Amino acid sequence: MFKKILIANRGEIACRVIKSARRMGIATVAVYSDADRNALHVRMADESVCIGPAPANQSYIVIENVLQAIRETGAEAVHPGYGFLSENKAFAEALAKEGVAFIGPPPGAIEKMGDKITSKKIAAEAGVSTVPGHMGLIDDADHAVKIADNIGYPVMIKASAGGGGKGMRIAWDEAGAREGFQSSKNEAAASFGDDRIFIEKFVIQPRHIEIQVLADSHGTTLYLGERECSIQRRNQKVIEEAPSPFLDAATRKNMGEQACALAAAVGYTSAGTVEFIVDGDRNFYFLEMNTRLQVEHPVTELITGVDLVEQMINVAAGKKLPMAQKDIKLNGWAMESRLYAEDPYRNFLPSTGRLTRYRPPAEVAEKAQAVRNDTGVYEGGEISIYYDPMIAKLCTWAPDRPAAIAGMRDALDGFEVEGIGHNLPFLAAVMEHPKFTSGDITTAFIEEEYPDGFTGVTPDEDTLQRLAAVAAHVKMHKEAREAQVSGAMANHKRRIAPDWVVALGRQTFPVHVDENGDGTEVRFEDDGSLSVRSDWTLGDRLFQGDVGGVFMIVKVDFIRGGARLRYRGADLKAVVRTPRQAELAALMPEKAPPDTSKYLLCPMPGLLVSVAVKAGDTVEEGQPLATVEAMKMENILRAERRGVVAKVNAAPGDSLAVDEAILEFE
Amino acid sequence: MTDILQELEDRRADARAGGGAKRVEAQHTKGKLTARERIELLLDEGSFEEFDMFVKHRATDFGIDAQRPPGDGVVTGWGTVNGRMIYVFAQDFTVFGGSLSETHAQKICKIMDMALQNGAPVIGLNDSGGARIQEGVASLAGYAEVFQRNIMASGVVPQISVIMGPCAGGAVYSPAMTDFIFMVKDSSYMFVTGPDVVKTVTNEVVTAEELGGASTHTKKSSVADGAFEDDAEAMMEVRRLIDFLPASNREKPPVRPFFDSPDRIDHSLDTLIPDNANAPYDMKELIHKLADEGDFYEIQEEYAKNILTGFIRLEGSTVGVVANQPMVLAGCLDIDSSRKAARFVRFCDAFSIPILTLVDVPGFLPGTAQEYGGVIKHGAKLLYAYGEATVPKVTVITRKAYGGAYDVMASKHLRGDFNYAWPTAEIAVMGAKGAVEILYRSELGDADKIAARTKDYEDRFANPFVAAERGFIDEVIQPYNTRKRVCRAFASLRGKKLENPWKKHDNLPL
Repeated sequence: MFKKILIANRGEIACRVIKSARRMGIATVAVYSDADRNALHVRMADESVCIGPAPANQSYIVIENVLQAIRETGAEAVHPGYGFLSENKAFAEALAKEGVAFIGPPPGAIEKMGDKITSKKIAAEAGVSTVPGHMGLIDDADHAVKIADNIGYPVMIKASAGGGGKGMRIAWDEAGAREGFQSSKNEAAASFGDDRIFIEKFVIQPRHIEIQVLADSHGTTLYLGERECSIQRRNQKVIEEAPSPFLDAATRKNMGEQACALAAAVGYTSAGTVEFIVDGDRNFYFLEMNTRLQVEHPVTELITGVDLVEQMINVAAGKKLPMAQKDIKLNGWAMESRLYAEDPYRNFLPSTGRLTRYRPPAEVAEKAQAVRNDTGVYEGGEISIYYDPMIAKLCTWAPDRPAAIAGMRDALDGFEVEGIGHNLPFLAAVMEHPKFTSGDITTAFIEEEYPDGFTGVTPDEDTLQRLAAVAAHVKMHKEAREAQVSGAMANHKRRIAPDWVVALGRQTFPVHVDENGDGTEVRFEDDGSLSVRSDWTLGDRLFQGDVGGVFMIVKVDFIRGGARLRYRGADLKAVVRTPRQAELAALMPEKAPPDTSKYLLCPMPGLLVSVAVKAGDTVEEGQPLATVEAMKMENILRAERRGVVAKVNAAPGDSLAVDEAILEFE
Repeated sequence: MTDILQELEDRRADARAGGGAKRVEAQHTKGKLTARERIELLLDEGSFEEFDMFVKHRATDFGIDAQRPPGDGVVTGWGTVNGRMIYVFAQDFTVFGGSLSETHAQKICKIMDMALQNGAPVIGLNDSGGARIQEGVASLAGYAEVFQRNIMASGVVPQISVIMGPCAGGAVYSPAMTDFIFMVKDSSYMFVTGPDVVKTVTNEVVTAEELGGASTHTKKSSVADGAFEDDAEAMMEVRRLIDFLPASNREKPPVRPFFDSPDRIDHSLDTLIPDNANAPYDMKELIHKLADEGDFYEIQEEYAKNILTGFIRLEGSTVGVVANQPMVLAGCLDIDSSRKAARFVRFCDAFSIPILTLVDVPGFLPGTAQEYGGVIKHGAKLLYAYGEATVPKVTVITRKAYGGAYDVMASKHLRGDFNYAWPTAEIAVMGAKGAVEILYRSELGDADKIAARTKDYEDRFANPFVAAERGFIDEVIQPYNTRKRVCRAFASLRGKKLENPWKKHDNLPL
């Protein structure tokens, strides 16, 4: 077995690999860029080596720099994680030349599966079901349109070397095909340094279901069940689960065996994933094979009990897999929520900055429930603009799907992240969505269910009432403390009356609050009462307790005039007043937020790539106005309505902050 | 007998009706509450005791004697905020537009005299059309009587003004002399001369809101210390502020139960200072993470944002915080920030509120605008304020403390009690680059040499240890431990006794 391995990656996956290596008694080497000097993976590893400046193409994907780090530290093997050099044949070959083991498949397998066109051909030959499409290279936009016309719309245009949604477009018509070809090509060139593009049929009502395979160099190839990854936004996975709520045993076996056949056909070893697209009739088509550890591998680990990283290391060291296909049993249900530094209220635009608060829920591994959080950040750490915006993967496990979802809801409620925009409220909202909970999902779920983006969650009546009870409970503690300030007139202390009016969102609840042992009894004017029991004290930012028989974890932050309550994706301001205060507050005017419609505001911190208009231009609704690059993604900002440009405030090359005005309209 | 008792109730009802239902409704339509409603929100429920409810004016000119409403346009009295006594007056816009008459002024003066005598804050809720013109000079005399009391009360009891409607002409000078002025957005304005006069005299066309609205006074003029959305929010926030303040200069600031361990450590502070010495960071994060329960009551939030001022509690006790804000103008001192912080420091010192100073200052802002504006004298105000302050003073240098600004920011030399520095502190006459350019002018052509010189200078001074060797820094502390260290420091200073030499009064560089 190896004595020391190097992890050629960063973030949560580097940390995750370090954990398994440590358990196996293997020393670890982290590599880092200048921007990651203080990153968690550097802190966790036994040794660390700086491999260059912040941009990945000057550090994490520079093969020579990684090799240098290997030579310096004497690492015997390299785990590439995902992304970066994980599916880079040249890297695997370079390692072989150095006599260093690559913890992944052989270079030949990477090469064959790395190209989407080649991989499809090989899959078809191996008897794997494939989607109709154009296998050859595409010369130009006209050629792309011709191919698309032949296959029939809708078509998917993808970067040959792509992954993770980058360089991928769906075209519904000729114009879309033309535009999509060009932007895919550009993004592919920028992201992968390879602008080859291919086109295939876009399957309707599709689900994304993938098979985890694991193979050793002694002829054993196993499949470890599937993962359902249909909850995606712009082809980027958001929520994954294992098993899939859609597959039956026969389909699972069929898919698993085809996946193994493909792996065997390319001489695959190590962990890999065969992605399929599955239609409503459980027809499945080969999509691609990812020759690496997948982001969402923890859900498979949670239901199979197999540590995939450990097995990858074993396989790389030439060991035999210690199990056979019959030993692979799927046990219970696992959910994974990807925590992204993306602001859901701003159309999921990347958010960067300092994590002023980062407190994941406690990890548990119990008989009836497990919570696992794979993370690469820590409180006080920095989310930089240079890398992927995913900062953690929160997983829950339970014996069945409803319990795994329930566990995830609580885990999300107990996850504290401040300082950056993040998608926790959105994840919580999906966990409540009836279509999701019933398992009735496709890859278009987010697009279809949130067509206008995410605008927040409105809790149902019962939940709102319980939140009102929490607000009243919190308020009583606060007032009681305030009344204990020193210097009060002796014998004339402030008395706190039991009647209050809770304004929550747009609703008001008159309540009568009594101390009741170690909690409070909140009686509603017309609708029963709720007893609140909790050891919450002032200063706690998480309220955890029993509210009328329901366990709740609510984020409580005092803000001007009241308290901000966050629960299950809802984000509400609660103002608790005495009845008289409420009566007077009702006389106060409602104030409209300031009008920003006259400006094009930069929705995220980033680099202004181009401005498409100049002062005096008349723009139509939807017309592209400017392009801002952040997190390696080009974001086109479009006109929200017809208007005339009055002034352009920024020039290409400018670094912009959130809400900086790029343009002013007349 | 019952008739006589009933007459009292009738008279009270008459007085409480103010300017009558119609005017009350007009006030509500404007989004404003009446004087009595505002007082109700400000004070603990049922704690208000009114004075001079039946006072009437005695003027006779221009037919004003035909109308003599009880109370004369101002409601005065006392009550409690969380059980602590305060005096309050609230001008009643529904009665003669809240205009100030001789008797109206006398009512205000009465409660101010009582506040001064009994040692309790005075809260003024201003909503007045101005002087009562029918009374002429008697009204002006009334203003001056109030001014004189504002002056006498200054530094003795806290005085807070809330501008909740018009406040124009001479009327502005009473709030101007109080400790804090708050305004209600969209429904209040303050100016010495209104838009009409401005137009006549200078031909400037300006709205009342632009000339003297909440935005103007919180962002541009710094006349106001804060602005609130509406009357209800304003009263709640003033209550919150009162909880931080002592009743008078004869008392210590209040203490209340707290639910935040003084020993709480926070490792995220270890990464607060960016690797790049020129990168900004948000000093507010440090304040929130030091404060009990993260509670920070900011004063002048919208003005001179390169310095932060406000109140927090440590172990339940009030502490005034002054902090350079690297996010704005690199946290430098300039005219505006010096004035803002100086006034805050002097308030704290007057009322025995200990001062915590968080330092990351690259120096004073250079330029003609600053020099022509008198940065020498304005900067001296902050220096002076710190130097004369006798309250407990704890200072933490987080990063830069350069040049004269180092001296100014509650340095050891200005009688700082505890002067801490983080290991990231750089205490020097100036940044390495600037220093090297002066010290090695002859080598400026040689980039390599200059780089080496810069590194030498950094190695020598870009740390807290040179200052610590001389005892100018008492202790270099770990960022994560700052709350604990600062809490302990203030706890040890509870018995501090320091007096300045007797003087009639000082001569602060105004």
